[in-house]
Amino acid sequence: MIRWLLWLVGGLVLGGIVHLATVLLLPRTATQDAYTRLAATAPINSVVPLPAPTPDDALLPFMDPAFATAVCRYDLASGPLQLRVPVSQAYTSVSFYARSGIAYYAINDRAAGRRIIELDLMTTQQRADLPEDEEVTAADRLIVESPTRTGLILVRMFGPEPGLMPMARRALASAQCRPQT
Amino acid sequence: MRLLIGLLFSFLVAAIFGLGLTQFALTRGTAFGAITIGAWTAWPKTGTADIDPYARAAIARSGELPIGSGDGVAFFAASDDAGKPLDGRCAVTLSGTTPAARFWTVALYDLDGRLVPNAADRYGFTSQEVSRHADGTFSIVLAPRARPGNWLPTGGIDRYVVVLRLYDTPVGVATRTARDAPMPSITAGACA
Repeated sequence: MIRWLLWLVGGLVLGGIVHLATVLLLPRTATQDAYTRLAATAPINSVVPLPAPTPDDALLPFMDPAFATAVCRYDLASGPLQLRVPVSQAYTSVSFYARSGIAYYAINDRAAGRRIIELDLMTTQQRADLPEDEEVTAADRLIVESPTRTGLILVRMFGPEPGLMPMARRALASAQCRPQT
Repeated sequence: MRLLIGLLFSFLVAAIFGLGLTQFALTRGTAFGAITIGAWTAWPKTGTADIDPYARAAIARSGELPIGSGDGVAFFAASDDAGKPLDGRCAVTLSGTTPAARFWTVALYDLDGRLVPNAADRYGFTSQEVSRHADGTFSIVLAPRARPGNWLPTGGIDRYVVVLRLYDTPVGVATRTARDAPMPSITAGACA
């Protein structure tokens, strides 16, 4: 009896380890994460509008139906990326996600304080490689550091009412992300 | 022989217990960094780089992209103020005020995060669309059949979640109580 109890306790302890290991390893092995889901629709380093979510068909779960959304799936292997998003009348936000879906940075039109949200996205290494003087002239532009080489930028424009959605979608069409030249 | 059986038994317990616990934690959501106000719960830390390992695993599994903390915060409610799960065959009233925010939206989803299907093709309300009472409060009725005033169709599904998202808001990681963030009440009414 005691022997079985010991085996049981051993099993539970091992189970705890299995639990922690699976939780920590799952993000690396996930096949249905946002990046993978968007890989089919979004080519690398360009802004692609996402279809409005409907009950039968939504690329990502829990998308807000009041927003027009576009995504830029980025890969910084060939150098930093330049993002330009003209703001819409109601509300515009740009959110940055690492490869695993972690939201590491987000900015909205008010925080940007201009008619156009303009920023440079680069890896920590690429930022370190920036020449000193260039950093000075670039003082007025926003630099965002990506923790991973690949990731997602979500550009979202608010349509306060259904009639304003086409306008939000039009504003979204002029957003661009492209490798810096 | 006894050793072998013992080992197998241990491994079996480990697999069932460990994987079961993981499954449970990822589908139920965890309490780390959660703000609970009435029936509403938000996880503002999930929208930052400080996200906890459980939430990380949960978003990797579901494919959701959480709202970034510089953008806004999402409050989820799966039950009413009395703790009864939200039922699409019953009328449910959201009423009161929302915390300070430039805009907010309300939308209904099934438990997997798909919008609730309905004949009216109406999935949510925004702060601009909702009609308010004279004192600035509002009420929205979630019901299977059309109602006067602010009505969100539930399509008669049995379980759903209401998500209230605040955009450009001071509500976030530092928020603790209902005094900082007055959320609307959720009251269940008659069932069809």
